[in-house]
Amino acid sequence: MTGRDLLPIAAFAAVAATLPLFVTAGTWLNFAVFTLIICLAAQGWNILGGYGGQYSFGHAAFFGTAAYATAILQVRYGVNPYPAFAVGVAAAGVVGWVIGLLSFRSGLRGSYFALVTLAFAEVFRVLANASEWTGGAAGILIRLDVRPENFQFASRATFYWVALALVVAALVVTRALERSRLGAQLVAVRENENAARALGVDALGVKLAAIALSAMITGAAGALYAQYFLYLDANIAYGTWISVEALLAPIIGGAGTVFGPVFGGIVLHSLSEFTKTLVGRIPGLDLVIFGVLLILVVRFPPREIPGLLKLWRRR
Amino acid sequence: MSFLTVEAVSKRFGGLLAVSDASFEVAEGSITGLIGPNGAGKTTLFAIVSGFERPTGGRVLWRGAEITGRPPHLLARDGIARTFQIVQPFAGLSVRENIAVGAFLRHKRRAEAIALAERVAERVGLARDLDKPAAALTVAGRKRVELAKALATEPKLLLLDEVLAGLNPSEVRDIVPVVRAIRDSGITVLMIEHVMQAVMNLCETVHVLAQGRIIAGGTPAEVVRNPAVVEAYLGHGAATRLQASDDRRADEPGGLNRPPQGDAHA
Ligand SMILES: Nc1ncnc2c1ncn2[C@@H]1O[C@H](COP(=O)(O)OP(=O)(O)OP(=O)(O)O)[C@@H](O)[C@H]1O
Ligand SMILES: [Mg+2]
Repeated sequence: MTGRDLLPIAAFAAVAATLPLFVTAGTWLNFAVFTLIICLAAQGWNILGGYGGQYSFGHAAFFGTAAYATAILQVRYGVNPYPAFAVGVAAAGVVGWVIGLLSFRSGLRGSYFALVTLAFAEVFRVLANASEWTGGAAGILIRLDVRPENFQFASRATFYWVALALVVAALVVTRALERSRLGAQLVAVRENENAARALGVDALGVKLAAIALSAMITGAAGALYAQYFLYLDANIAYGTWISVEALLAPIIGGAGTVFGPVFGGIVLHSLSEFTKTLVGRIPGLDLVIFGVLLILVVRFPPREIPGLLKLWRRR
Repeated sequence: MSFLTVEAVSKRFGGLLAVSDASFEVAEGSITGLIGPNGAGKTTLFAIVSGFERPTGGRVLWRGAEITGRPPHLLARDGIARTFQIVQPFAGLSVRENIAVGAFLRHKRRAEAIALAERVAERVGLARDLDKPAAALTVAGRKRVELAKALATEPKLLLLDEVLAGLNPSEVRDIVPVVRAIRDSGITVLMIEHVMQAVMNLCETVHVLAQGRIIAGGTPAEVVRNPAVVEAYLGHGAATRLQASDDRRADEPGGLNRPPQGDAHA
């Protein structure tokens, strides 16, 4: 990785970091933090789905596992939130690796893989909803105790910067992956698995590394969510909403690119927020917008936009 | 210690015996040919040697050790590389990135892998196409990419499955010296080929497969004179019919020893 590789990331970080200087309204910062959490979850999905071509419908399994681990360690075992956060991320990685082993070793691909990941997330959701340990249907509440050493901040801006730091870290990890042997092999597996194997690529090993890394990044988003909202239940942590957001943002912004998930996440949430202020809160409206956007992106892939514009101008 | 030994290998697909009790050897440093009519089982044999298929019987020995059933990526690490008869490019990637996947096998750092990929591209005549998407190349270009990817793994043994098929005569003439240069750089080559002119030109030894069985082996000149080989290609009784007509033209120049013409050279 060279300085030139990191320049766009540094520029993005610098610009994004100034946001709290202009935007001070709580609701807007709140919106910004939430958007960053979604971006982070989407960045995780992008590693496995975008670079590896393995489309998961169940990234909630990783988001929720890290979120619950972070919360439960604090609430039930009195662990400090920072190590709890780290354990949560690691736990998501382990869950990812195990799900990967079970599905990739039996040769699941395409829609079969998508369905299996969805099933895992749903099983986790049902279990978390039923178990005492996770707080059951009532959910789990992290005690309010606003101290920086307790990963709780008086100002929303501080939390925004923490979330941004994680998103930027994930950008750097993604760029490093792009430049690494693992990244090249992962893309090769996506493009043509047998050709990759003939060139010495351990396809199973590469996919397992990718799903573990992917799960850890999405897990970080889940742990951050828990730490920001200080409340979880099974439908939040393991709900399909997060699986859908995690895959929609990269697909709209550009799967298999460094900035795709962040760009897509910002576009998605800005649009749904914008229409909310425009026409008021209509339940399900954001889903309608997501749907329309998705159809547009599939019909007119972003990398074809320059060509489309040329065509349009020539008319 | 022999280099590569295929020992009584069989492969059954349901009711079809694609390879039947096939045995042959490949000498280190040689260009060895594997020829035979369509559907003879040549590609299946390659798939077995390169670890993509497990034989239903027999063994494969590589530099003294049994490698039967070892997965392809480990065999690639051991130094066995293959190309695919139906080219398998990484379609969305540039030619450079395609070749670099092979180069990454023995070079962890990206800069080194890319540098090696570019050197290999030079060797096979792809230097000008490095930035093109692999999917944008002509058939001949894609065959070269296939060859370059395998070469970039820095193999000891290179299995080439019809890299000349689908090329026009001038493209064939261009690539024949490339294959010879590969061997001269110390890589043993085992090639499946239908273009007989190239086989005659390149191979020291040829093994003939027909209906899954090895029916002949020897120098190219010996093999094309072998009646069993002529029959395998042209049908039962062909050898005697040809013999009769050849006797009539016995004093024509080149008569008997002329190699049969390959499909791209008719
Ligand atoms: N995976 C498979 N399943 C079932 N049958 C197969 C499979 N692979 C090959 N065959 C059959 O095995 C036989 C040998 O095929 P193979 O591709 O090895 O022949 P080949 O000598 O390479 O022919 P060609 O010159 O046409 O490439 C054919 O009858 C083919 O249909
Ligand atoms: Mg074949």
